[in-house]
Amino acid sequence: MSTKKFMYVNRKAPYGTVYALESLEVVLIGAAFEQDVSLCFIGDGVYQIAKNQKTDGIGMKNFSPTFKALGDYEVNKLYVEKESLEARGLTLDDLMDLTWEDEDDDYAEKPSIRLVSSAELAEVLDEQDVVLSF
Amino acid sequence: MSTLHTVNKSPFERDSLSSCIRLAKKGSAILLIEDGIFGAMAGTDHSAMVQDAMQNASFYVLGPDLAARGMSEDRVIDGIQVVDYSGFVDLTKQHDTCQSWL
Repeated sequence: MSTKKFMYVNRKAPYGTVYALESLEVVLIGAAFEQDVSLCFIGDGVYQIAKNQKTDGIGMKNFSPTFKALGDYEVNKLYVEKESLEARGLTLDDLMDLTWEDEDDDYAEKPSIRLVSSAELAEVLDEQDVVLSF
Repeated sequence: MSTLHTVNKSPFERDSLSSCIRLAKKGSAILLIEDGIFGAMAGTDHSAMVQDAMQNASFYVLGPDLAARGMSEDRVIDGIQVVDYSGFVDLTKQHDTCQSWL
């Protein structure tokens, strides 16, 4: 089976709608097919990977820790649009520390989040075979 | 007549908050809930609009919805009061009507 480049585009905040959770579930299912998977976070999508999410008070499952498991499925390209962060007064420090272990480099921990400009993200999107939007 | 307005959509995604601000009468209360809480955060592209509107209406934000989304109370715009669910109930009691900007 040939490998295709899959991009999951995340544009919605978590909890208010079901899009963020649905996207993450599809990513996890798709990860089993050993494709070249990337995620990007645009607009309110950047809120999905914000640190310190505590959902006890709203009676919903906090699914943000699941993002930390993506590295184990070789999903380690998480593009975050810089302009979207800035519009929301956020920086990389406000996002979870998401990493993956590079088995070709003595299992060194490397960051999964790649902060990119809109222009850079446009290039990445242009390279994809399949774009799935949430 | 005083009205409690609730806004549950992110100001980045919908115009619910700006419409509410435009149409809320002086002395109204505006409570930000669910994804609406992002409108309460300082340092965003919408903070100035909200700060301006605070001269007309009193603003509240629901604490459990802030916490769920990882947004610290420390970064809520000064003057916006964080309330819990019983505070939400109190607000509905204090006002004659409630308008939800869905």
